Amino acid sequence: MNNPPDVTQDPKEYEEYAHGVHQHVMRYVMVGVTLLVFTGITVALSYVDFGARKANVAVAMLVATLKAGLVAAIFMHLAAEKRLIYRILIFTGFFVLGLFWLIFLAWYDYPIFR
Amino acid sequence: MEIPYTVSTRPDTGLWNAKIGIWLFLASEVMLFGALFSAYIFLRIDAAPGTWPHGLLNVPVGTMNTAILILSSVTVVLAWAALKMRRYRAYWWYMLATITCGVIFLTVKLAYEWPQKFEHFGAFIKPDALAKYEQYLGNERRIEKGFEPRIEITGHLHSQNAKEYEVALDPVNADPDNPSMDRPHFLPLPVTDKIATIEKADVQRATMFLPTHSAYFASYFTITGLHGLHVLGGVIVFTYMWLPVSKKLYQRNPEHLANRVEVSGLFWHFVDLVWIFVFPLFYLL
Repeated sequence: MNNPPDVTQDPKEYEEYAHGVHQHVMRYVMVGVTLLVFTGITVALSYVDFGARKANVAVAMLVATLKAGLVAAIFMHLAAEKRLIYRILIFTGFFVLGLFWLIFLAWYDYPIFR
Repeated sequence: MEIPYTVSTRPDTGLWNAKIGIWLFLASEVMLFGALFSAYIFLRIDAAPGTWPHGLLNVPVGTMNTAILILSSVTVVLAWAALKMRRYRAYWWYMLATITCGVIFLTVKLAYEWPQKFEHFGAFIKPDALAKYEQYLGNERRIEKGFEPRIEITGHLHSQNAKEYEVALDPVNADPDNPSMDRPHFLPLPVTDKIATIEKADVQRATMFLPTHSAYFASYFTITGLHGLHVLGGVIVFTYMWLPVSKKLYQRNPEHLANRVEVSGLFWHFVDLVWIFVFPLFYLL
């Protein structure tokens, strides 16, 4: 279960309900702290020489993808969502891949600097 | 007429309508920003050696803005959880915190970061005149070390006449052979008081740090500008939900307001998610 349930009408069950929501709140705060830590890590790693700038870009993008995954999974509730929303996103992902594929088309089409 | 499925779920989709609406909208947003990032990658790998600048943005300020945006993502999700628990006062405070974070982010961007760039000057030197300015570029050492050559002299434009620019140099051009200048610095170094005279005949093009300066600044201002508009949009929507008018909705149907906060929160998290990629790509790499 990913989302807090709706508030109950039954006062007796409310305490249990409030406890459930409280756990979600704790998780949101923990994710926020993790994101802040990862921001610091991203900045620190950018001053580490990994040999080539390409390697630094790869490391930074890896960390950014991890952070983005956390935001999407927890804050945006994608860890447990209805099937229709996953379908919309898979559809979108397909076209986004197409957008980035254009770069590769251009790469082979044009004498590019490396 | 009442709008259906604002709170109850629609049987065939299993969702209330606004949730599908916001995700379809976010799907289009992914395409919008995806196209810009795709263009960014293309411009960057296509950049001739020395033409893609590094370390021109203020990293501590950018890091702070990143933290502010992450913080606002936490507060908006807490605002929503507070509504779910029917705690309006807590919701009100979390929403205020979110709006404040958004306003701080925009203020830093528009009143500090952008104007700082507008008053910075750069002159790209013609290839056949590079040797003449070797004392500011340090290319002999860079080529020996296998680095990209420097082709631009940057700093504050002191004065200019019909023939020359007088530039108060950035540290990187004031002391180009210093190994500490090989990589960008975390804390931005102030402009030095060393003045260089650059003949206009030797300059390929010279501008302030505006979108016309380079593909780098063109994509920087386009992407951060569009992102800033999204932050502004979020702030406007949140402000509406924070004002007393939304308390009336809360009293009538609290779940409806919670759902509104959830979908606008989804938009806000997406804006945060875009920034998570913008920050390293433009500030750090």
